Amino acid sequence: MSTQNKNAFWSLFSSVKLALFLLFTLATTSIIGTIVPQNNPPEFYIKLYGANLARFMQTLGVPDMYNSWWFIGLLILFSLNLIVCSLERIPNVWRLVTQDNLKTNPDKLEKMGQREIIPLPGTSMGEAVAKTTSYFARQGWKVAKRDKDGGTLFFAQKGAWTRFGVYLVHSSILIILAGAIIGSPTVARKFFRAPNFAFKGSVMLPEGRATNFIYSSQNGREIPLGFTVRCDHFDIEYYSNGMPKDYRAKLTVLDHGKVVLQRDIEVNKPLRYKGITFYQASYQPYPSFIVQLTNKKTGVEKKDIIPAREQIVWKKGGARFGIINMQTRGQIVERIKVWFTDNQGEPSEFWIEPNREAVIKRPSGEFLFKAKQLYATGLQVSKDPGVWLVYLGCALMLVGLTVAFFMSHRKIWAFVSEKEGQITVLFAGSANKNKLGFEKTFTAFIDKIKGFAS
Amino acid sequence: MNSSQLFGIATLAYLLSSALYTALLIFKNKKIGYYAITVTILGFLIQTAALGLRWYESYQQGIGHAPLTNMYESLVFFSWATILFYIILEFKVKNRVIGAFVVPIAFVAMAYASLAKGMSQQIEPLNPALQSNWLIAHVITCFIGYSAFAVAAGLGVMYLLKKSAINKNLPPDTLTGSLPDLLFIDHLTHRTIVFGFLWLSAGIISGAVWANEAWGTYWSWDPKETWSIITWFIYASTLHARFTRGWRGSRIAWLAIIGFLAVFFTYFGVNYLLSGLHSYGSQ
Repeated sequence: MSTQNKNAFWSLFSSVKLALFLLFTLATTSIIGTIVPQNNPPEFYIKLYGANLARFMQTLGVPDMYNSWWFIGLLILFSLNLIVCSLERIPNVWRLVTQDNLKTNPDKLEKMGQREIIPLPGTSMGEAVAKTTSYFARQGWKVAKRDKDGGTLFFAQKGAWTRFGVYLVHSSILIILAGAIIGSPTVARKFFRAPNFAFKGSVMLPEGRATNFIYSSQNGREIPLGFTVRCDHFDIEYYSNGMPKDYRAKLTVLDHGKVVLQRDIEVNKPLRYKGITFYQASYQPYPSFIVQLTNKKTGVEKKDIIPAREQIVWKKGGARFGIINMQTRGQIVERIKVWFTDNQGEPSEFWIEPNREAVIKRPSGEFLFKAKQLYATGLQVSKDPGVWLVYLGCALMLVGLTVAFFMSHRKIWAFVSEKEGQITVLFAGSANKNKLGFEKTFTAFIDKIKGFAS
Repeated sequence: MNSSQLFGIATLAYLLSSALYTALLIFKNKKIGYYAITVTILGFLIQTAALGLRWYESYQQGIGHAPLTNMYESLVFFSWATILFYIILEFKVKNRVIGAFVVPIAFVAMAYASLAKGMSQQIEPLNPALQSNWLIAHVITCFIGYSAFAVAAGLGVMYLLKKSAINKNLPPDTLTGSLPDLLFIDHLTHRTIVFGFLWLSAGIISGAVWANEAWGTYWSWDPKETWSIITWFIYASTLHARFTRGWRGSRIAWLAIIGFLAVFFTYFGVNYLLSGLHSYGSQ
């Protein structure tokens, strides 16, 4: 950017002062949302803070502060600041990276932080130049040279590109923010008018049921999936101390009526299909049961979902049954009492745990009985077309930080000259960062050369 | 011998080494410094063994998982990482008095872990949300960052002490005389913050990826997340102030201390004072 079209806007947004101000403001205002509970209904705030303060808070969007106009505004200013700051500085860095270092005045070498004179007695100028070239080459430095007044100047550098590390970090932040915008349900709904493009939602799916839509977390509206997902099975596994160990749902995806995917999902093991991800998030037990019955004599089987406390007539099996009582912990059934008759003699009544098979001996023969409590899996469903950008940005940030902090642009010059019949090489070097580290590099470089020379 | 007993011995070792480093500061006797680092390394080896043993014990209980899952284990790991960071630092910069400002932090963390009221030291099974490979990556990256920031804060305190001694024209044979020179402390504080910043970033990122795997949201402004980004903002400001506005010395020292206070709140305050997803410390 040339100096002519710099205006007030540009110089404000290219200043690091603004960056510091914004970082400070973002840091301090962010605290508010960690103290004031977020996303509760208006009454909640009135009850907690009184009507006046609550109204003031609503005006400033405090109940959803990270989506409020002023916080988003701060983020926009922050992004602009990042863009302008980087655009302002990148051309200078480009110049530093591509500049012709052989234009350096040899006198300047004597003022550099690191320098060392090595005499090359008994060599001609030509031999000294060849030797110096090999000193660089043998240590892996790609060297260029140019004849100057009074001698030959050599230059080699490493890591010039590392000067861009900091801008890699800056762009990574912008990439992450871009990914966040693309994946934002609000942006999809309000700006693209395409709630299907990006959404977060949920659905309670009882075992045996299927759905082709879910409910938006933002406004509760139905969002079509474009395919069908069915819950085939749900169960909870417990540790011996009663703590839940695993929530597992078996899901089937049907596209155009065909089964395309069948998988168990757990917390931390979601299922993805066509850019939509299904997470095992919660569950809901029902006072109903999936009952499996077999008439061992005739081989007739029955599998059905039945409510508790209802008599079921099983004509084909020649029997009637029901679950007449339950022992529960919360909503979870721990034991059930089964009533069963084949219409001959006294009905059987017995307690049994869910998922256990019972053999019922009846006058007409043996029956197998198994009941599982009916559950629904609570699925968190999201479609985030921006997440790959966010991940890309995160990866770039880590690479950028490593480059910016731990790698430096190292330059080494050498000047071969003749003074009073004596040929010497003056080595000098500098680095843009980690001067102590460069001092070591330079000393090692010179020590090697002394080794070669002797 | 079980892991708790070993942790107890490590705690005592850190107490002893804190005392030795303080003695080194006062008496400036090289021998004391040698004892101090020896005791620190011994304590570290014992603590490392204890961590391994606790991991093994969890498998014996049939709930095997890395010892990184509750407040107690996180404090132990924080102290371990701080000592490891410090030992490497001491060998790199060949200066022992820094230990007087760092080892006590590790000791206090261990002592608090074993003595605090309501701190469960049991090995507990993992709830379904914590059963993820990201757990280890997330905890390790965060705590390397935290331990670096702890060291940076220690260095900040050291800088301010030395500075005030110089301002008061105290003779060089007083306590602060044995501290390294200001430029060196300043340089080291900066390098340590830079290192911590990279790991804090990695910690936040691994947490975000994990959250997305578990819940489908990589960022939800949960208080822990928010405080981690506040901490990140503070250190980002510190680095910018130094790189572009030339802040040095006392200002950076103060920022190192303020930054660590934010780390401390992210780690502790959020668990005890605010509600959210990272409730491992609140029970």
